[in-house]
Formats: sequence, C-alpha cells, structure tokens
Amino acid sequence: MKESVVIIGGGIAGLEAASQLLALGLSPVIVEKSDHLGGHVAEWYRLFPDLSPAQDLVTHLVSSTSGARIYLETEISRINALKDGYSATLNNGDVLFCKAVLVCTGFHLFDAAKKEEYGYGIYNSVITNRDLEHWFGGLEDARIPDNPRAVGFVHCVGSRDVKAGNTQCSKVCCMTAIKQAIEMKEKFPEAEVYCFYMDLRLFGKKYEDFYISAQRDYGIHFIRGRVSEVSEDIDGRLLVKAEDTLSGKPLKVRLDLLVLMAGMVCSPQTGRIASMVRAEVDDDGFLRSRDNIYSIVESGRKGIFFAGACTGTKTIPETVAEARAAALSAFRYIKEKA
Amino acid sequence: MDFGFSLSPSSAIDLDKVDLSLYRRLEQTVPDIRSCIACGSCSATCMAADYSGMSVRKLILNLQRGADVKKMLSCCMLCGKCTMVCPRGINTRKLILDVCRYYSDNKL
Repeated sequence: MKESVVIIGGGIAGLEAASQLLALGLSPVIVEKSDHLGGHVAEWYRLFPDLSPAQDLVTHLVSSTSGARIYLETEISRINALKDGYSATLNNGDVLFCKAVLVCTGFHLFDAAKKEEYGYGIYNSVITNRDLEHWFGGLEDARIPDNPRAVGFVHCVGSRDVKAGNTQCSKVCCMTAIKQAIEMKEKFPEAEVYCFYMDLRLFGKKYEDFYISAQRDYGIHFIRGRVSEVSEDIDGRLLVKAEDTLSGKPLKVRLDLLVLMAGMVCSPQTGRIASMVRAEVDDDGFLRSRDNIYSIVESGRKGIFFAGACTGTKTIPETVAEARAAALSAFRYIKEKA
Repeated sequence: MDFGFSLSPSSAIDLDKVDLSLYRRLEQTVPDIRSCIACGSCSATCMAADYSGMSVRKLILNLQRGADVKKMLSCCMLCGKCTMVCPRGINTRKLILDVCRYYSDNKL
C-alpha cells in the first residue's frame, strides 16, 4: 500500500503538492473546508504579470490531481500523533492515517470594513480588490458606476498597520493595484486613475515594467501618501483626503469609485490547525518555519510540513515553488524513515 | 472691517480644480515626464539647486499639481546633468526648454 500524506487545504499550494506527491508515488489526500478547489486564486480573474486567466491555472492544477483523494466541505476535527505517523479525524467521521501532514491553509483577506475611515460597507462606491476582480470576471456589482470620471486605489489596507494588527507587507497588493488600475483604464479610458501608496514594492519579474507602463502608457497617477479619510459629498461622490507627501501639502480629490487593496493576513483556520499538530505560530500570526532561509517548508515537528501563505504572504509562483519543495521534503522524510 | 485676525489661504491641493493645461501639453512633447518616480537624482546633481531651489523633481510635481514653475526655472543653466542621471531616461533638458518655450510663446 502506498504511503499517505494528508494535505490540509485545497488551494494552489495543496493542489500542486498533491500533484507532485502523486508523481513521487505517494498517496495524497486533500481536505478542503470550502466547496471548491483552488482557494483564493479560483476567485480571481486575471493574474499578473502576464494577465493570464486565473481559471487556467486552477483547471490545470485540478486536472493534475485527479488521482488524489479529495474531500470538499470537510474540516479536520482532530490530529493524533501515532508511533510512525499521524491520524486525522474529519468532521464527517472519517479517520485518515498518514505518514506526514502538509499544512496548506493559506491566508485570509483582510476585512476592509475594519478600517472604518475608508468607508467600506458605509459608502456605496467603496469596494475591495476582490470585489473588483469578481466584477472583471463577469459578476454584477451595482457599486461600480457605468462611466466613472475618477477612480482611486488605496494601497496597504490592513497591511503594514500596527493598529490593524498586521505589521507585515502583503507583498502582492502593489502589483495587483497596478494591474487593476490598468484594467480599469482599459475599460474607462477617459477616467482619471489615482493610486495612493506609502511605498511601491515591485520586486518581481516584470513588475517594474508594469509600473512604467502604468505611468507612461496609461497615465495613471501615483500619489505618495496614505488616504486618511473618505467621505461622501452632496452629489454622492467620494471625497478622498491624503497628504501629497512629495509636495508636503494636504490633498483632496473627488472620486466615483474607490478600490481598497485589502492585504493578506493569517487565516484563523491556520491557528486551529497549528494547535492540533502542535506547530508554532509566529508573532505575525503565520506559522513558524524551522528557519526562514533554508527550511521554510519544514515545521519544528517531525512529519509536519508547510507550503504557501500559511507561513507568510506569498505570490503564486512562490507558493507553487514551495508546494513542490514541501512535496519533495515530505517524500524524503517518508523514504528515509522506511 | 478689521476683526483683528485673518484667514490664511488654504495650501491644500484640490485635484479637481488644478489647471493641468501645461502638463497635458508636455505629456505630448516629452511623454516620459509621466514616468517620473520622484527619486531626486536630478535635484541632487543640479548645479543650481544649492543656491536657487531649482529641482526637476519639484518641477514635474508642480506641473502635475498645476502650480507655478517660472521662478524655479529662471535659475536653470541648461547644463543637462539631470538628463544624464535620470534612471527613467526622462529628457529633462527638453522638458525645461519646452516649459520655457511655453512661457515665452504665451508672453508669461
């Protein structure tokens, strides 16, 4: 009988790890709490930097895991350490015996309504990056006007914010904002598009090219200053205030749509799983790897591995690469024990 | 009537009201002006900056905010060092000349 690995979470990390474990001759079992595979990526429309459809990636990953056992709408109730592995009890009563557990519980998108000053859930024309992505994907959204004159993007919503409880940079939002700003400009060429940023963190391949293109080819305005507050004027337009830190003056502008770049924060699910497998949680709420340079996919405990955004904010290519690394680490662990 | 106090004019920038006519013209003649990242290389290398407040970074920002740039420009010696150091390859010398041309054409 093939040795089994329980993968907690059926997002892109879990799927890619399962596909690699299958190729390595092991038997992965994916336990996913929601009703679909692909996690957050399955809800996205297009991915930077190539503007490729997110659905293509998810479809590819799902098809490459057809040999794996997959539980949807199922949660782990309990994990017990055995002499040579673990047993995971599911909330449907099934018990899975495995040699290793791979935690791929991902992240949680910051709840933008917590930053009350930005008016999400208060003003009609304030939406989040996820709402906009859903709309790009064809979902109706009455909050998005037919012909906006001015659109704004607020970077770092819930990220790099001690008061929101998240000191970490969410890493992907700068690039997502630029991608979405360009997509908005393509839909509404007449609209002025503003990005309000603290720092622009465009570290990845092609990211800076995207930024240059957003500036030069699309005329998107980048304003260095964090939005301090949003209010609504008598015509129902949004009045946005920030400091233009480059000129050192307060700045205001009226907008028809404001998009909040909600960041990645640790998922509450992750903490629950961590206590079950007795893995350590870091002070940022994400899981603590054995070390942050060489062994990101390893926990401090034998047979417990991590992949993807459960250990910190990650891009998709980073997550996929980690999933492969984690699959290989789990494989080597099982073979060396045998 | 003198109440013994006065209101100072607001220094806030209202992006709905700024006059961008000059900036829009320059976007046509020096399209790279849009890609300024406000790094300050131009100002740091400027021969006139120490004595006059000349700064191409501020010039571009002021143009984007519809503010006056004439006073600053009068100190530029057109040496072109700012063009040499710009990481985004903005032809700052042409930009300065185009602004000067706009002012002289309009007898401002």
